[in-house]
Amino acid sequence: MLKRVGIEVSLAVAEAVRLARADVISAYPITPQTHIVEELSHYVANGELDAEFIPVESEHSAMSAAVGSAAAGARTYTATSSQGLALMHEILFIASAMRLPIVMTVANRSLSGPISIWNDHSDIMAERDIGWVQLFVEDGQEALELSMAAFKIAEDHRVLLPTIINMDGFILTHMIEPIEFPDQKTVDAFLPPFEPAMRLDPAHPVSMGPVGVPEVYLEAKKQCEQALLDSKPVVKEVLDELNELFGRDYDLVQTNGKDGAETRFVTMGSLGESVYTAVEALNAEGKDVGQTRIRLWRPFPVEEFLAACKGAKRLIVIDRAISPGSVCGPVAQELKSVLYGQPNAPEIVNVICGIGGRDVPIEEFKEIYALAQAGKLEKTYTLWGLNSNA
Amino acid sequence: MLRDIDLSGYKKITAKNMPKESLVASGHRACQGCVEVLAMGMVTKVAGPNTVVVNATGCMEIITSPYPQTAWKCPWIHVAFENASAVASGIESGLKALRRKGKIGDNPNVIAFGGDGSTFDIGFQSLSGALERGHNFLYCCLDNEAYMNTGVQRSSATPYGASTTTSPAGRESIGQQTQKKNMPLICAAHNIPYVATANPAYHLDLMNKVQKALAVDGPAYIHIYAVCPTGWGIKGETGIEIAKLATETNSFPLYEVVGGRFNFTKQIKKPKPILDYLKPQRRFRHLTEKDVAYIQKQVDADYDYLERLVRATNDAPAE
Repeated sequence: MLKRVGIEVSLAVAEAVRLARADVISAYPITPQTHIVEELSHYVANGELDAEFIPVESEHSAMSAAVGSAAAGARTYTATSSQGLALMHEILFIASAMRLPIVMTVANRSLSGPISIWNDHSDIMAERDIGWVQLFVEDGQEALELSMAAFKIAEDHRVLLPTIINMDGFILTHMIEPIEFPDQKTVDAFLPPFEPAMRLDPAHPVSMGPVGVPEVYLEAKKQCEQALLDSKPVVKEVLDELNELFGRDYDLVQTNGKDGAETRFVTMGSLGESVYTAVEALNAEGKDVGQTRIRLWRPFPVEEFLAACKGAKRLIVIDRAISPGSVCGPVAQELKSVLYGQPNAPEIVNVICGIGGRDVPIEEFKEIYALAQAGKLEKTYTLWGLNSNA
Repeated sequence: MLRDIDLSGYKKITAKNMPKESLVASGHRACQGCVEVLAMGMVTKVAGPNTVVVNATGCMEIITSPYPQTAWKCPWIHVAFENASAVASGIESGLKALRRKGKIGDNPNVIAFGGDGSTFDIGFQSLSGALERGHNFLYCCLDNEAYMNTGVQRSSATPYGASTTTSPAGRESIGQQTQKKNMPLICAAHNIPYVATANPAYHLDLMNKVQKALAVDGPAYIHIYAVCPTGWGIKGETGIEIAKLATETNSFPLYEVVGGRFNFTKQIKKPKPILDYLKPQRRFRHLTEKDVAYIQKQVDADYDYLERLVRATNDAPAE
């Protein structure tokens, strides 16, 4: 069933979209997302994927075409990054409000200015409140499998929401990894064809995207919020099915290192692997430290996160975006909200690192740990590695 | 480039076989005398129920869709202001893929409606992109020459000399100081199979153009003159009269561009002076005799240019 191949992770994601039998792919080139849609356009050109490939003139139109295609009842995929995601911003809210199960890969990248093609999470953190299901992957295998799972989650009639798979630009997208591929038969059994709840069908006319007068707008918003909150058990269910099928242990929140550790790193995305290595090394030195990985970012899995941090006295939250004018990075803000009022809530130490592609070697996480233990990090947040001459 | 276009699917509409069923129900919320909604009704009568409509944000979207009501008898979608063409691209591609895979049987018309703001200005990019990619859909610009939905602000379709809330006439200004962008020509430059201008005062001409636009394979663009009594400062019952004057003065000539060939569909033997058209409209009432003379000169020059295009493209052989 599984075939192991050394492959660039972007190409593995394209393969996932092919295996998912997408009907329509709309795409605009943006680094470091390009390899995914280039590969998909080759599949279509060679007849290896029976789909319409729409090479649109902007990311705004990529998302707009995706909305049209999904509304027509087609399984729809797109991918973007950074400025492209920002250009889609307006339409992202509409896609979720219309309950259209578009799947999008975001190759996470920093935002201008200054222009930077390298990785951090500032693009997606500006899109926290769009009402999409959002997951973060850490490695290539996960990128492949969650990309297929994303269609199953999005298209489930209990969800019907667009879904983003976040993967770190370059650090993950351009990495060559050994990846196990399922065959088409397995994927077909896992992912049934898209059955839209509603589509633009002249035999059954519907009006989509009407005017929301003040008497109905709030209720419409509440319904969208409820749909997003209700997606959590479905995400869990799909991950469980995936685990069964491929022998994985994906969960909404994951823990590494020492159980019930006093200090825990909290990570999201590929830096989690570096942190994991640091935590293992620290554990080997007898240090009381663990790691909590957030896989599902929206809807935020509050209960699962609290359970995964049980017993911790201190959380070192690694943020990959700056939230100017706020008291800390966006993930730390989220966790402070989650923990507020909780009995024995751990202290939050926030480190913002790896901004604009700045390298954070494993050794530096050990350093961060030592400084946190000594109480030498900022009470608000620490911009790690900031050159004081800047 | 000149090329032959297959119009075998086109069946001429006359007063006898004119379709009566509009996809826009009465009871919508358009202003009294709105010619724009009238035009939309004419287009959808021709298109018939096997149609999917995309609406850009604007008057026509607002007046037909306040939830829980809808005036639409066909599948209809509104996403945003600037992206009707991109949404239509997605719908057309989605339907195409599903049809090829045997998941759906029918082949509906895809029609996008946008006002002049969403066509000339903010949606220009997505329209150009969709035309260039060759999606099989009809784009109808309902041109009322300003942003009427937000309170009569100027657009790049606002004619020279018109007073709007953001190009007001004043001691130092004539009102709109630029010439109207020539959208039909810009669309024709995309080398799409069908482009036309249409005027609801000439309803059979308009409806036949919709027929042709839907019959061709690929993108079609119809530029529809949509008189706005509210924004133009005219009496509600005079909309069609004003619309007729626009064509009778050669200010809005009726023509089509099929496979690159320009042809008039209605020629005015003795054009009326432009003053006849300008005078009844409040937006032009500040204009002096000198201004009117200047506008007349522009109208004549534009018409002359169009005549040259007709001659040039019909003299040349197809490639």
